[in-house]
Amino acid sequence: MRKALKPAEREKLLGTLYSFPMGIWFTVFFTVPLAIIILYSFMRRGLYGGVEFQFTLDAYKQMINPSFGKVLFRTLWISTFSTILCIFIAIPVGYAMAKSKYQTLLLFLIIIPFWTNSLIRIYAWISILSTEGFLNSVLIRLGLVKEGLHLIYNNGSVILVLVYMYLPFAILPLFTTIDKFDFFLLDAARDLGATKLESIIKVMFPNIKSGLSTAFIFTFIPIFGAYTVPLLVGGKDSTMIGNIIVDQVSKTRNWPLASAFSMILTVASLIGVFWMLASAQKEAAANKPKFTQQAHEQKVKAHHSRRHR
Amino acid sequence: MKGVEVTVDRVTRSYGDFKALDDVSVTINRGEFFSLLGPSGCGKTTLLRIIAGFDYPDHGTVYFDQKDILPIPPDKRQSNTIFQTYALFPHLTVYENIAFPLRLKKMGNDEIDQRVQQYVRLVQLEEHLYKKPSMLSGGQKQRVAIARALINEPSVLLLDEPLSALDAKLRQNLLVELDDIHDKVGITFIYVTHDQSEALSVSDRIAVMDKGKILQIGTPYEIYEAPATRFVAQFIGETNIFSCTVLSCEPFENEYMIEVDVPTLGTTINVTDVEPQEVGSKFDFTVRPEKIRITLNPPRSTAAGLNVFKGVVEEPVYSGFQSKYYVKLDDNTTAPLIKVFKQHTVFLEEGPDIEWKDSVYLSWTAVDGYLVKDVDQ
Repeated sequence: MRKALKPAEREKLLGTLYSFPMGIWFTVFFTVPLAIIILYSFMRRGLYGGVEFQFTLDAYKQMINPSFGKVLFRTLWISTFSTILCIFIAIPVGYAMAKSKYQTLLLFLIIIPFWTNSLIRIYAWISILSTEGFLNSVLIRLGLVKEGLHLIYNNGSVILVLVYMYLPFAILPLFTTIDKFDFFLLDAARDLGATKLESIIKVMFPNIKSGLSTAFIFTFIPIFGAYTVPLLVGGKDSTMIGNIIVDQVSKTRNWPLASAFSMILTVASLIGVFWMLASAQKEAAANKPKFTQQAHEQKVKAHHSRRHR
Repeated sequence: MKGVEVTVDRVTRSYGDFKALDDVSVTINRGEFFSLLGPSGCGKTTLLRIIAGFDYPDHGTVYFDQKDILPIPPDKRQSNTIFQTYALFPHLTVYENIAFPLRLKKMGNDEIDQRVQQYVRLVQLEEHLYKKPSMLSGGQKQRVAIARALINEPSVLLLDEPLSALDAKLRQNLLVELDDIHDKVGITFIYVTHDQSEALSVSDRIAVMDKGKILQIGTPYEIYEAPATRFVAQFIGETNIFSCTVLSCEPFENEYMIEVDVPTLGTTINVTDVEPQEVGSKFDFTVRPEKIRITLNPPRSTAAGLNVFKGVVEEPVYSGFQSKYYVKLDDNTTAPLIKVFKQHTVFLEEGPDIEWKDSVYLSWTAVDGYLVKDVDQ
């Protein structure tokens, strides 16, 4: 005889069933490749690419090298600087969008660039910034400069284009949290003696913290792993970790070293994600009432049942 | 703490074509509990926001003790506000919310603690000091807002419908507490509300507003008993109000006995007034439902100018301490129903003595009615 399942049991079973396709997808295309990278980073390098299956810490030892250290340091400061720049631009933009009557239109405008391939957008910047490019020809036409300025192939152009590429990732989460923010709180702060700036720093920022941390992670992690932007608009001294990984895979054919650098990116991302989860959890715990009506009723019930026993 | 006199001088504020405030002038006395009363959209909140500094008038200005305050930003004004939605800072505890204005002033921790404790006692929040606002009930949030607004020792406290989000019982309690706090701190309170019973029960004076204008300023008693316009008469409490024309006017004791013709009721009514009125002039006649006596037998009173009408109860509404009766006058099917309140002052063994479709007598003396002079166009 078939046993009838209770609705709750049925739902649990179905839930497990439904999660299979997603689970398989992630295992095959995400977990397995990541495991391979971890594994490769501890292997001996093969002569013509690939690896020999022999455990070694060579790759990590090779990383301790002043030239790589310089690249790591550069990657860190370019990423941090670009991320902070993104957030500083995104806060007022998010604020203006939250206050605007044309929210849908503005959101649409911010999303439009995603419809164009990022390489094409980078080439657009090259044509704007290059020595014979749009910007320089305008400047020459206006008589402001005699010959084209070197606006491209340096760290400045890398940061400019990185900020351009990842700004929407900062704007969107900040807009969502600012939109939920109760602007009467700013009035209240002003009323209680805060200047405009004080009201924003002491009242608005703490209440959009989740948006700020999301914006930070959403921009920092992809910028940290950026590869095409420094390659196409960067100069000789603009190499970032992403470029090293590509070079190690395709030119030097040192796969373990490439894997070891990938590990740095992965660990950095993980730290970011855990930080975000932890702060979200802390926020939830802080807002959870310690005393609930149900808990109280249960206590009362327990008390009575003891008396009647 | 000392209150200031607040003078609103010919203030006008428009949003596009909409005139939120139209040439409004009012002087609020030092230490007064003053209410701005009116329906939503009448401009009362706009006026409050202008006094607080969140909005600016197109014309006119506001003075605190003869000093023009419009150039002063909201954070430097001697006023503090209690917001309708409380506007407590969700990221801070009750303690830090209340301490917020003092922290901005960079006051020492000991002094802050002393002041916070003092105001926490005033609003009875001692047990909830270290909770976040999200863990408080509506009434508790309101108390935090009150303490936070008072701790800066303002000269004017602005209250923007502070009780509208609370249930009726709690509202009554907090209203009494607010009145009590007003007595203790002695500063000027400006209270915005659309609830006439709130305004009547705590205010020293009330300004009734509609469509960006102040229609009447007076004590609760004056506003209720001697409404300046038809709108005021209908907005404050309940009333019967009819257009009328003066038929005759004769001296009566210190006043004048006036007979008016009320076309909608198809009858004439006697009413007294302090001034003589010209025959033929048009007014609104009003009489409050609780001033009309409703009886099964003809009234025995022989008061001068007693108005007596016979009618039928069309709709009795029993509500415990009183009954409302909607009565149709005899022989007049098109006349509006007259509203009558009867207090139940004795034990009713078999329910209310007057019931549906009973034939009744309505009576009120000439003194109980009132002529509204300023007829709305």
